[in-house]
Amino acid sequence: MNLAVRDIRHSLGRFVLTTIGVGMLLMVVLGMGGIYRGLVDDALVVTRGVGADIWVVQRDTRGPFAEVSRLPRSVVDRVTAVPGVRDAREFVFHTIQRERGGRPLRMGVLGLGWPTDKGEGLPLIAGRPLAQNHFEMIADESLGLALGERLQLGKDTYTVVGLTRWLVSSGGDGIACFTSRDAQAIQFDEPGESVRLERQARRGRARGIDFGRTQPSVLERASGLSGRIAALPGPAVSAVIARLAPGADAGEVQGIMDGWGDVTTYTADQQEELLLKGSVDRARRQILLFRVLLTIISAVIMALIIYTLTLDKLHPIALLKLIGAPNHTIVGLILQQSLIMGGLAFAVGYVIGLELFPRFPRRVLVTNDDLLRVAGIVLVISVFASLLGIWKAMRVAPNEAIG
Amino acid sequence: MGDAPALEANGLTKVYGSGHTEVVALREASMQVRRGEVAALLGPSGAGKSTFLLCVGLINPPTRGRVTIGGRAVIDGPRALGDLRRFRREHIGFVFQKSNLIPFLNAADNVQIMGELIGRPAAVARRRALELLDALGVGARARNMPTQLSGGEQQRVTVARALANQPSLILADEPTAALDSTRGRQVMELFRDVAHTHGTGVIVVTHDHRALDVFDTVYEMEDGMLRPATRSGVEASAGPAREHRLLP
Repeated sequence: MNLAVRDIRHSLGRFVLTTIGVGMLLMVVLGMGGIYRGLVDDALVVTRGVGADIWVVQRDTRGPFAEVSRLPRSVVDRVTAVPGVRDAREFVFHTIQRERGGRPLRMGVLGLGWPTDKGEGLPLIAGRPLAQNHFEMIADESLGLALGERLQLGKDTYTVVGLTRWLVSSGGDGIACFTSRDAQAIQFDEPGESVRLERQARRGRARGIDFGRTQPSVLERASGLSGRIAALPGPAVSAVIARLAPGADAGEVQGIMDGWGDVTTYTADQQEELLLKGSVDRARRQILLFRVLLTIISAVIMALIIYTLTLDKLHPIALLKLIGAPNHTIVGLILQQSLIMGGLAFAVGYVIGLELFPRFPRRVLVTNDDLLRVAGIVLVISVFASLLGIWKAMRVAPNEAIG
Repeated sequence: MGDAPALEANGLTKVYGSGHTEVVALREASMQVRRGEVAALLGPSGAGKSTFLLCVGLINPPTRGRVTIGGRAVIDGPRALGDLRRFRREHIGFVFQKSNLIPFLNAADNVQIMGELIGRPAAVARRRALELLDALGVGARARNMPTQLSGGEQQRVTVARALANQPSLILADEPTAALDSTRGRQVMELFRDVAHTHGTGVIVVTHDHRALDVFDTVYEMEDGMLRPATRSGVEASAGPAREHRLLP
């Protein structure tokens, strides 16, 4: 006869309510782990998604995810020419915030290296990859844009041709993918008035020098399109990403590029490590500490609940001792109740979490490893929680059943 | 354990505290109860009756003296059997003033658990529990929780539990205190029937002198001292009892 189950059935309502309460607490413990996992996964989704073997960034910077990195587009050609490199393309990434329907629309803008990369590797859930090199975009569903919807960014209007899921930046903003030219156009967009003023300023500067005064065509050029002025650099890219040829040695390739003096290179693993140690690290540690606190609080609450349940049973426990029940029967009663409560609370927490977590604004990623880990923690908590109750039960004298 | 007496208690002394706070609750108390014998233990409150039961019930061992149950010396001065709790569950049944049923078990479970504690398979313990409840007239209430039973029914279930391990000795401490006189007498008669039918020795601590004719032997206790009851003693406190059961 299982005394623990009989006692639970006897006071089922209270047990169920208590278990749901503990379950919700465990759901939060599980959720904190999920938020942590989601944070890490979100941070790595772009770096993993682009499939780069080597990241080439501005010299002495930690790359576009850690700080501003600017490289001239010509670096793509230089990288492509390095022995061992299969192909290279520009990487453009920046965050913008616009307003749509009276609400802020914040998105990560990712430039795809057209025509090498049209977004075929993205986690598309609807629509198609980019089919032309301008005015199309692939948006993450978290941005709330619909397929076929048109969105004005800068001076151009872009049509949503594809939708992705869980393609977000390390800050949790949904990512929209454009060709790198479009991404740069969005990044370096200036209002018409600003362009006019800059051209006038250029003309003024040209007048101030002898060359400008003696060569009228220079003045004309200075007030023209900036792209046609050789002295002005083209729009910069954030980084250049390279894929290695089969059998190529990443160290050797990096060695060549590091000798250039204007770039720094990282392998994909180094880039991920920089990302995690940089922008994500503090948030990660904060969540971890909070999770540890919650686990301790859960343990204390469970211990108090089991202790209280034991206090309610002191008379039956004394009676069991009186009729000769061995200690292991009494220990089993308390321990099994604690384990049943822990197990059911874990299940309750998991089920509620399944329903709730997808509604969170940021991804809550609960892996099987996390589930097993939390289950292990619950097991330990349950045993620990029952110790106080067992200690109390062992101190009860059998003659207390008589008095 | 053969024909050995259900209980032999010799020179039991129980002292609580020490020095200025020392209280002697039992003084050289001795009693013998044969198998199938029902003994009543009378005495005023604080006389030491419950202490005596706790000593011979191995719940609160005596300071001095010897307790032999079913022919086996369980306590002999400072020496005691290793596992008194185990001996208790295998050889002693308890019935107390309050029904003392486990509140989260139904009537049948309350009896069955005793059988399981002594190692019977659950099915066997269940069958035996139902037989006992039937025999005691509460078979129809087997599935009822203790709170759904009347006081008399609760005591019958408690008696059934006390019998479940086929004990050598049943100890009952004022089992009828919470019952009216009719039900109280029924319970006392139940003890007599149980003792005679199962060959169990029964000691009943009681204040209810109206049912003394049920008992084979009557003892009195006062100030921790135990002695066979005299006619004058019993009559003085409660009127006539059956003559042949009292010492002259």
